[in-house]
Amino acid sequence: MLQYLLKRLLYAVPIALGVSLVCFLMVHIAPGDPLVSVLPADASLDLQNQMRAAYGFDKPLPLQFALWILRALSGDLGVSIATGRPVAAEVWRALGNTFMLAVLAALIGFILGGLFGFVAGYWRDTWIDRVASGLSIVGVSLPHYWMGMVLVIVFSVQLNWLPATGAGPGGSADWAWDWAHIRFLILPAVTMSVIPLGIVARSVRALVADILSQEFVDALKAKGLTDRGVLMHVVKNAAPTGLAVMGLQLGYLLGGSILIETVFAWPGTGFLLGNAIFQRDLPLLQGTILVLAMFFVTLNLLVDILQTWLDPRIKRA
Amino acid sequence: MKTGKIFGGLFAAAFALASGYAAQAQTVLRIGMTAADIPRTHGQPDQGFEGNRFTGLTMYDGLTGWDLSSAEKPSVVIPGLATEWAVDAADKTKWIFKLRPNVKFHDGSPFNADAVVWNVQKVLEKEAPHFDASQVGVTASRMPTLRSARKIDDLTVELTTAVPDSFLPINLTNLFMASPAHWAAKLAAVPASVTDAAQRSAQAWQAFAADASGTGPWKMTRFVPRERLELAKNAEYWNAARVPKVDRMVLVPMPEANARTAALLSGQLDWIEAPAPDAVAQIRQRGFTVHANQQPHVWPWQFSFVEGSPWLDKRVRQAANLCVNRDEMKELLAGLMVPAVGSVPPGHPWWGNPAFKIRYAPDEAKRLMAAAGHSAQKPLKVKIQTSASGSGQMMPLPMNEFIQQNLRDCFFDVELDVIEWNTLFTNWRMGAKDATARGSNAINVTFAAMDPFFAFVRFVDSKMAPPTSNNWGFVNDPEFDRLVSVARTTFEAAERDKALAALHARIVDETVFLWAAHDVGPRATSPKVKNVIQPQSWFIDFSPVTMD
Repeated sequence: MLQYLLKRLLYAVPIALGVSLVCFLMVHIAPGDPLVSVLPADASLDLQNQMRAAYGFDKPLPLQFALWILRALSGDLGVSIATGRPVAAEVWRALGNTFMLAVLAALIGFILGGLFGFVAGYWRDTWIDRVASGLSIVGVSLPHYWMGMVLVIVFSVQLNWLPATGAGPGGSADWAWDWAHIRFLILPAVTMSVIPLGIVARSVRALVADILSQEFVDALKAKGLTDRGVLMHVVKNAAPTGLAVMGLQLGYLLGGSILIETVFAWPGTGFLLGNAIFQRDLPLLQGTILVLAMFFVTLNLLVDILQTWLDPRIKRA
Repeated sequence: MKTGKIFGGLFAAAFALASGYAAQAQTVLRIGMTAADIPRTHGQPDQGFEGNRFTGLTMYDGLTGWDLSSAEKPSVVIPGLATEWAVDAADKTKWIFKLRPNVKFHDGSPFNADAVVWNVQKVLEKEAPHFDASQVGVTASRMPTLRSARKIDDLTVELTTAVPDSFLPINLTNLFMASPAHWAAKLAAVPASVTDAAQRSAQAWQAFAADASGTGPWKMTRFVPRERLELAKNAEYWNAARVPKVDRMVLVPMPEANARTAALLSGQLDWIEAPAPDAVAQIRQRGFTVHANQQPHVWPWQFSFVEGSPWLDKRVRQAANLCVNRDEMKELLAGLMVPAVGSVPPGHPWWGNPAFKIRYAPDEAKRLMAAAGHSAQKPLKVKIQTSASGSGQMMPLPMNEFIQQNLRDCFFDVELDVIEWNTLFTNWRMGAKDATARGSNAINVTFAAMDPFFAFVRFVDSKMAPPTSNNWGFVNDPEFDRLVSVARTTFEAAERDKALAALHARIVDETVFLWAAHDVGPRATSPKVKNVIQPQSWFIDFSPVTMD
């Protein structure tokens, strides 16, 4: 197990480096001027050169990458061109906000998705299956930003029950776990939970249906195991794959959703990314993508380890 | 002892009630901005004129300012922190500004000539300890000829320009006065472990931005990056007539139009900028008010005059301008535009009454095109570079497609080259000859028209050709250069306006652009918000606004 763990950790290093390089190049290859947010339209060539030098964009790309990665290793992701604030602090704040949203969305999505999937798989080809599967297909197919808007129209504009946008009455700087703040989380979290709900439900249904059709289940029943006992075996067998699907979904959720966070003006990583793209704020864009990518790599690693721990056959494979 | 406790309790309860009452009595105006983030707060805002509107003109003043008190006439420049100014009769590159006495920054330090010199240095003098590169871009090119400032006495300052430039007082509306004393305090608080002078300065500016100090009618009270900026009224503001009527103002960045509209309709906000056009009818139906007025803003096609451009023929340029049905375009935009017949509207001091009258006259346009050798069988191919979205671009795709359809009737075959907004903006600097134009012979970038340099000079002065400025189409006409020079060197305000009017008239007569629309800066407010004056400006004064 330890050897496997070390091997996976070592694999993560080149992946992380590759991801850093790709995200650095990606934003540099895109056309347009990185200083567009601070340079006016009619900035003279002199002024443009002066600003480029001030932000280090006059250096060759490999040198810029090396300096960026060296600074990133010490936790310094540079300074946002648009705001002048340190990128690391910006990303950190946004991660906190997205984390809250993602955890609540994951809870809703995983619980309901797991339940729908399990019920549909266990009673496959019955009306229960059809209802649960129908709901999960709706979840996968529905454009979530559209659903967000519908929820806002119904619950904010028409009924005035929940706030339409924002991250709390006083901003998230003084977030508190009270109703005044939590109510801001509900609509974006419900909107965000729709995707994992659908995907988890579809995956778990297929998984449960597959397990139930296997011979060992018949053998267990023939041995006289109770329905509850059989159920426990099904759950145990479905857990590793279900977990992998949920891990991946959690990764996506933690990455934030530009659309949902923009619709709800939720100041998370998706909102930050949207801003960085909109303002073409290169340091902010690179820093946010890097942190999210590292987060994804780490999460995948953790899911792999957890899967292996739950099902040692994976390690042997 | 017991009695004391009872009285103490009663006193505390009374105090709590009184404070509760006071808190209740506070009026708060909550505004949803279109900006994706709070514009920079250190005194030189980013995010274009929305930045100036919310974090410039609220917390700061310039030496000169805008008269925003009327919705009926175009806003003009008025005294701000300077009470009067005049160019030196012997040397027209030197200006003397008399400063307003007894003005204090929010931190209590005095505003004086030293503060003016310091604020000029922050963007122009690289060696100054408080020089800030991040403020240069949004400042220097808005006052391209300003070179230095010198104190004469506490309330008199001399500004020097590179060449004689009568536009300087207008340009100076963009130079906001930040408090040198407050910045010095922030610098002193930077940890000693930071030894690099540039880093210390940057950290001081960062701290200043989080706790700003200007002389404006609003004081910063709370700043949550990317979420909200809270301002409180400055009861000691030097202009008693402009002390805000509302106690507090909360600014929330909200880039999505539907989200802003929902936030207004659900009662979360009292005021939103640019409501979703589709929702305007619903907003009005529910008792909210939509404010709109012509802005000094132009939505144009800027023509190329380089060799081989189809727009070199004046008849073609005029035909395009006569073939656009601007009234129908206005209907398309739910009424949220004003048809443009020049860079400034008729009645503006710089209008100049051009001989060529822009209007919808398709038959005349067809005649002009026929005379230029084009017909339905032999349409003229033109290519226009535009964006799918962008600050000030209004609704570029539907608007361009509308023009494309209109021009088809007048023997034009229009190809649209749609690119990302920031890329288009960058290409604008590169010019029509550059590869980034991708063969386009017109570009669609909107612009502000409240300053003569921004409205006219940068587009027609041959010295402003790329890479210097935005003469994207390489207009090179000695008469334009002469008119620019006359306007720049006419220092009496009324005469300068006349010179600018002559320049504008020639710009229209020579049809340098296809003028389509002026934006109207729509904003919607809840029924609680009263006394909103929507001037003919990019800006608005929040001081007279009241709340029920």
